[in-house]
Amino acid sequence: MFASRLVLAAALSAALASTAAAQSTLRIGLAEDPDILDPTMARTYVGRIVFASICDKLFDIDENVKIVPQLATGYEIAPDGKTVTIKLRAGVLFHDGEKFDAEAAKFSLERHLTMQGSFRRGEISPIDKVEVVDPLTIRLALKAPFAPLIAALTDRAGMMVSPKAAKELGANFGTKPVCAGPYRFVERVAQRHIIVEKFKDYWNKDNVHIDKIVYQPIEDSTVRLANLRAGSLDIIERMLATDAATVKKDSKFVLAAVTELGYQGITINVGNGPRSKTPYGENAKVRRAFELAIDRQAIVQVVFNGEFIPGNQWVSPGNAMYQQSLPIPKRDVAAAKKLLAEAGVKTPYAIELMVPNNPETRQVAEVIQSMVKEAGFDVKIRVTEFATSLNTAEKGDFEIYMLAWSGRTDPDGNLYSFVSCKGPLNYGKYCDPETDKLLDQSRTVNDPAARKTVFERVAQRTVAGGPILYLYHRKMFFPHTTKLQGFKPMPDGLIRVVGLKI
Amino acid sequence: MFTFLAHRLLQLIPTLFFVSIIIFGLQQLLPGDPATTMAGEERDEAAIAAIKAKYRLDEPIPVQYFYWMRGVFQGDLGESLRIKEPVARLVLQKLPVTAQLAGMAIVIALSIGISMGVVSAVKKDTAWDYAANVIALWGISTPNFWLGILLIFLFSMTLGWLPPGGYVGPGEDFWGSLERLIMPAFVLGNAIAAIIMRHTRSAMLQVLAQDYVRTARSKGLYERRVIMKHAFRNALTPVITLGALELGTLLSGAVLTEQIFTVPGFGKLVVDAVFNRDYFVIQGVVLVTATVYITLNLLADIAYVLVNPRLRS
Repeated sequence: MFASRLVLAAALSAALASTAAAQSTLRIGLAEDPDILDPTMARTYVGRIVFASICDKLFDIDENVKIVPQLATGYEIAPDGKTVTIKLRAGVLFHDGEKFDAEAAKFSLERHLTMQGSFRRGEISPIDKVEVVDPLTIRLALKAPFAPLIAALTDRAGMMVSPKAAKELGANFGTKPVCAGPYRFVERVAQRHIIVEKFKDYWNKDNVHIDKIVYQPIEDSTVRLANLRAGSLDIIERMLATDAATVKKDSKFVLAAVTELGYQGITINVGNGPRSKTPYGENAKVRRAFELAIDRQAIVQVVFNGEFIPGNQWVSPGNAMYQQSLPIPKRDVAAAKKLLAEAGVKTPYAIELMVPNNPETRQVAEVIQSMVKEAGFDVKIRVTEFATSLNTAEKGDFEIYMLAWSGRTDPDGNLYSFVSCKGPLNYGKYCDPETDKLLDQSRTVNDPAARKTVFERVAQRTVAGGPILYLYHRKMFFPHTTKLQGFKPMPDGLIRVVGLKI
Repeated sequence: MFTFLAHRLLQLIPTLFFVSIIIFGLQQLLPGDPATTMAGEERDEAAIAAIKAKYRLDEPIPVQYFYWMRGVFQGDLGESLRIKEPVARLVLQKLPVTAQLAGMAIVIALSIGISMGVVSAVKKDTAWDYAANVIALWGISTPNFWLGILLIFLFSMTLGWLPPGGYVGPGEDFWGSLERLIMPAFVLGNAIAAIIMRHTRSAMLQVLAQDYVRTARSKGLYERRVIMKHAFRNALTPVITLGALELGTLLSGAVLTEQIFTVPGFGKLVVDAVFNRDYFVIQGVVLVTATVYITLNLLADIAYVLVNPRLRS
């Protein structure tokens, strides 16, 4: 009797031990602590990485930035472009067990549109009304045709939240988000970790193989990489380009990389207050001379070991919307000097470049400084803390400003807010009625080829000697252990967790 | 005694009042407003205006101060603009972390500093003394972040003995907690150990030159007994004071070290809050730290009176 009890106990404890061991955990190193985890209120890129596991969206993108279904199964845009009908997936549950249906989708979209302090409203503001057609169909009535709409629904604006939880928690929804993603929110300790666990009723649960994910913010990139190499993380985001060579050599790690959707460039003050009244701000020839004096390939080579992609437009050369008719100009110091002379500018011409304080951008600024010196520009670098630099730029207290944009799925997101007269990110206050007309036109055209033609005309007006000097596109590096299987880097830089194994 | 206490407690009120004004005033000098900084890339004017209105950031500064103080008196330190968590909760989350790190660091500092100080005083002008001095000098002049990264490379990446950072509470996993904090505690303790060593050494040298030590020796006591019982105990007083002061500094957060070892403590909380212009967090944390400081000071004064009868009258 006693012996059999012992055997039973041993068997039980063995069983317990094996279930405990079977608990698989993925540990992801983030470059920052995310902000509020409410899709309507959230603002940071790093927050979107966490959303990728807890909040499914109506649509998603694939490796080629093509739109694919997620919580929606398909959509149809009426010929006049003002009505969009979206079919929803059946049998989807939120983490609190509530059903996802047309009413819930309507609720989420209306929440994005009307909630106090919503940062999503601008992305989908052309939506006039959301109607429920049947339990699995919604119809969006638009004020005007809006081509970037579906692309907006592949990101936070397309995230669906549980109406019940959203009503209960109100503005505090982000402290305990309840969505319909593969993982449900468990716990957050600010600056320490965010823990999510597998949602057993997920609509695509057969492809979810990892039980738990721990997101851990580690700001310093060297330390983040050290944590990966020491085995306390499985994958990290935003590794420095200069570390790529080391990681590639190490057989214990895989280096996944993808070109970003955004760009790095220099915003020029062409119309924001008295500091725009300079030859640089007023004369396109001077801006063109500056561009001809730099060598983008060399910048990328010197500062980023050649890992990044030189570029001269708001999308990278690999993007379907890149205008081949406007290639990256070759460095030509003689031509630059000639243009400066034509513009009647006395050299050395002093110009102040405002640079947010981080080692990489500072280095880029120094390389540019030495390149354009040969053409007669005397660049003074003013290093400014990031938040301060945004504030300064808004006030127009700058001549040229090195600024990055994280990028959006639709090219409109890299363009409209920056170069339209009233664009909220148009720090240099560039304003050209013709460009505005074209930009508005681009939003009404749904056919990609036709849209590209409209964008080409925008590019002709804004790329060479325009309000933004596009420089290069970063590659986003995701080094991970070889134990992690199935990871595919996505152009939006978010870590998709469905299909991963460890 | 009673009047003394009452007097000191009354003094607390204007002190804290001035501290609160200084905190509030100083952070208004930071360029960039919280709502715009928070919005970052998402420049939605309506959303930014809504944030400003919600947190009364568009009101005049004295009005903002008034609302903040009103909250403080009701036990509400406000909430983080960035993650919408109550500041009081954040403070309570971080305080034990920083306290544990500071405690471990000071234990390391005292054990290394005192023993080296005693040895170098006793073996003055020998190889022991020089070696201890060199080590102390190294401790003071090694930058924390450099030593931190070096330790991570050695113990975490090359040898694989220790985790490179992070935090678990001692209640959750006692050894795991020690394992994670030992490197940051050593980095912090190392710098302080050097200072303590120098002070112990000079205090010991002074004491060893006193008449009573000579007397003790001439009585024929063992050298060990002379040093430990007669000299060391008397040399300890200034060292303890110094240790307590250093502990106070550590409690306000070890910014760089916490950053490197990703220890989610006070220092990291404040630095992140400053960069994100998370006003309520900065205000709350600084106010709490100041209150703790002032309270500790008060307790020290009271203890002093209790110990020293001459101060009681």
